[in-house]
Amino acid sequence: MAFREYKIGARMFGLAFGTSMFITLYMPAVDIASVSATSIAMDRQLSFGRVGGFSYEDPFLLGWGKPITVQITKDPKTGAAIQSTRAFVYEADVPFPNGIRHPRILGTAPAAASDTKGRIGEADEASGAVFVVREVIEGGVTVPYIENVTATRGWTPSATLAKAADSQRLYVGKGKIMFVREGCWWCHTLLPEETQDWQYFGAPPMLGDFNGESPTAFGSDRKAPDLTHVGSRNSSREWMMMHFFNPRLVQPHSIMPRYDYLWGETDASGKAIDYDGWRSAYTAYANGETVYAPDVPVPAKDSEARALIDFVLNLK
Amino acid sequence: MFKYLFAKAEDIPAGSAAVYFGFSSIVWFVIGTGLGSFNAAKLAFPDFVMGSELLSFGHMRQVHVLAVILGWISMAFAMAMMYITPALGNTKLWSEKLGVWNCFLWNVGLSLGLFLLWLGVSSGREYSDLPWFIDIVVILGVLLPLGINVWMTIKTRRTQGIYTTNWFFGAATFMVIIVFTVGNSPEFFQLTGLTEAYLTWWFAHNVLGLWITPVAAAISYYVVPKVTGNPLYSHRIGHLHFWSVVVFYSTPAAHHLMSAPLPEWLKSFASVEGVLILVPAIAFVSNLLLTMTGKWRMFVENIEIKFTITGVLMAIPLNMQGGFQQTRAINWYIHGTGWIVAHAHLALLGFSTFLEAAAVYYGLQTLLRRKLYSLGLANFHFWMLLIGFTTYWVSMTIAGLIQGAGKIYEVPYIDVIIAEHPYMIARWVGGTMVFLGNCVWLYNMYKTAIAGTAIPEGRLPHELAYER
Ligand code: HEC
Ligand code: HEM
Repeated sequence: MAFREYKIGARMFGLAFGTSMFITLYMPAVDIASVSATSIAMDRQLSFGRVGGFSYEDPFLLGWGKPITVQITKDPKTGAAIQSTRAFVYEADVPFPNGIRHPRILGTAPAAASDTKGRIGEADEASGAVFVVREVIEGGVTVPYIENVTATRGWTPSATLAKAADSQRLYVGKGKIMFVREGCWWCHTLLPEETQDWQYFGAPPMLGDFNGESPTAFGSDRKAPDLTHVGSRNSSREWMMMHFFNPRLVQPHSIMPRYDYLWGETDASGKAIDYDGWRSAYTAYANGETVYAPDVPVPAKDSEARALIDFVLNLK
Repeated sequence: MFKYLFAKAEDIPAGSAAVYFGFSSIVWFVIGTGLGSFNAAKLAFPDFVMGSELLSFGHMRQVHVLAVILGWISMAFAMAMMYITPALGNTKLWSEKLGVWNCFLWNVGLSLGLFLLWLGVSSGREYSDLPWFIDIVVILGVLLPLGINVWMTIKTRRTQGIYTTNWFFGAATFMVIIVFTVGNSPEFFQLTGLTEAYLTWWFAHNVLGLWITPVAAAISYYVVPKVTGNPLYSHRIGHLHFWSVVVFYSTPAAHHLMSAPLPEWLKSFASVEGVLILVPAIAFVSNLLLTMTGKWRMFVENIEIKFTITGVLMAIPLNMQGGFQQTRAINWYIHGTGWIVAHAHLALLGFSTFLEAAAVYYGLQTLLRRKLYSLGLANFHFWMLLIGFTTYWVSMTIAGLIQGAGKIYEVPYIDVIIAEHPYMIARWVGGTMVFLGNCVWLYNMYKTAIAGTAIPEGRLPHELAYER
């Protein structure tokens, strides 16, 4: 017994399922693809790097192969003072984000500007490159584009990093990996709702704000404040540090987990962190036995906690 | 099980694959709900087990979700398909050996995938969190062999027509392969931005709508007529159910992203079209409840019918929620709150789990030819699940309404968290009851396998009286 007597049924099924896929996959994909990237989308993907989840370059989500975002005030080539500039440093072999690999996804005008003015076609992963986001006015319309400053101004990755002191560096790409790996997005959203979040959490994003970013980690289930603009609400590194080490230090009713393990073995001064000691001192404080809470160690420069704090403060 | 992997096909007893799937699914159910209960404890008491990266909430939540979906629910489906499809076709499973391999690869692949997820190796996309090489294992080692076995068994059947249940099985195994492959394509092809976000939810929506819901329903189309002895009330309504699932359930995926900056037409389409989910829902519920005519006594006396009909009744609130919560008028209030978590558990832990549990109860007795060891323990299991789930659902629904109110009246966030705290504890208590009930179930089924009364040739399990 085969499906013979079900020929019509099988064809109708194919038609129904096919039509449904056409409407829900093909049509939205064409529509979304026709939207040009905004400067926000460019900034996001350049600071996050190619992938924010599992990838070849970073299979265990440790933050390998990610760019560094810097804020520089001196021209890396000439040393002359320049307007404070946000640049994205891709050292040798750090994979470029999708907008550089496939400029098409930036949209027609930004892709053309990035190619002719920004010379992103000349960027080479093997030797690394530095990018900045710029805008140009074409026929009365502001068009954002990516500039490969290694080609246009000769800012090499190493020279650019040399001009950025530690306080001017943000490990945003590595921080995004921590955000995904530690599951912050199971509690926090990165998507203010269009209907009522304007006042409380800030402006919701626009259609073109995500081109090239992966994953967007919007989160679906909000058990905690939206973080899209948290850096504008609270820009204190000190607060973030205490809050990540133990949220109950600054917010006694918080249900956020402690992320003290992201500090690693040693603190910024190279001293080993005594977690057990800290926890019992905190318990004594929480029980009212001592007046002051124990001090939170400052995270080391290359610690995961540092990168996560950079990522969060960068959410403006 | 291992000895059959390389055995000759004729040496493998019929039904082995289904039995292995049945027990695997119960074990995954215990693991999955145990993890759920652990997570719930963390949301109620954040410092419960701390200082360990692997035991933190962010590393455990997705393991719970995928363990229950791919372990418990989908394996129970596989078990049901592997004994119901041949039974309805009056034939044997097309390849018992493929079935055993399928079960083996499934357990290995899923354990590996969940282990990696637990370490944090995630694609960062909800429900399709598994990294792409595990996705390939799932497609080739889990879904495809299952589909082939089901399709070939239907093809080699010895009956004239194809019963509703097998229609659903054949179509759902096909659709889930497409959905899984397309839904994970952002990872295979590095699609980014909103396309990726949308595909993530297209996947999440359709895996529920074209896999979990229809297969669960198909199982009850078999169990209820079989156990009560009544014929299905109407095959036409069964067809209406089938076709309306394919057409109406596969289209409103965008309703999961109602507040994201997707094209407006897409959101409006999803929002309006989603109400049509009521068509298959009403067809399904009415068809089964009418099939029960004259046999309602069994709702009290028979454990499989008790589970199945409870699940069917839960489909009513489930679809009333599902049909209306994506309309803009309601969605803005409840989006992203605990209400949705309650709804997700109503669908998976309420509606679908109850139907599958019945199939596993009934299937294991049929295949092992042994009567259920203890009705008392089974009833205990039932009430633990029902009371535990209800506690979960009520507490999370209330928590969600509090969150919704806090959201629109712009209450400082921390006040919402303080207000939710008692409900978080209630959820944990309810979920833990489910977990404990499942441990009892595992014991009961184990005892059935080794000490249940043998069912004489030519008899069905429900025809024998319970002994304990
Ligand atoms: C179990 C849920 C949960 C998880 C997981 C979680 N948080 Fe939180 N988070 C909260 C809650 C609740 C608050 C609000 C109370 C508070 O300030 O602690 C909060 C507050 C915050 C704030 C301050 C927000 C504001 O509006 O001032 C930041 C920043 C933050 N979390 C970042 C993170 C990051 C980064 C991670 C991942 C490493 C994370 N959270 C993981 C629950 C969570
Ligand atoms: C078969 C049974 C179950 C299934 C199929 C299931 C399924 C799910 C799903 C799909 C989610 C994601 C929900 C969402 O994002 O909206 C989830 C989350 C969760 N589940 Fe379950 N679950 C089951 C049983 C349990 C049990 C017994 C508990 C114990 C309390 C539990 C606790 C949780 C918790 C705490 C979360 C996280 C919710 C959140 O992030 O707010 N689950 N589960």
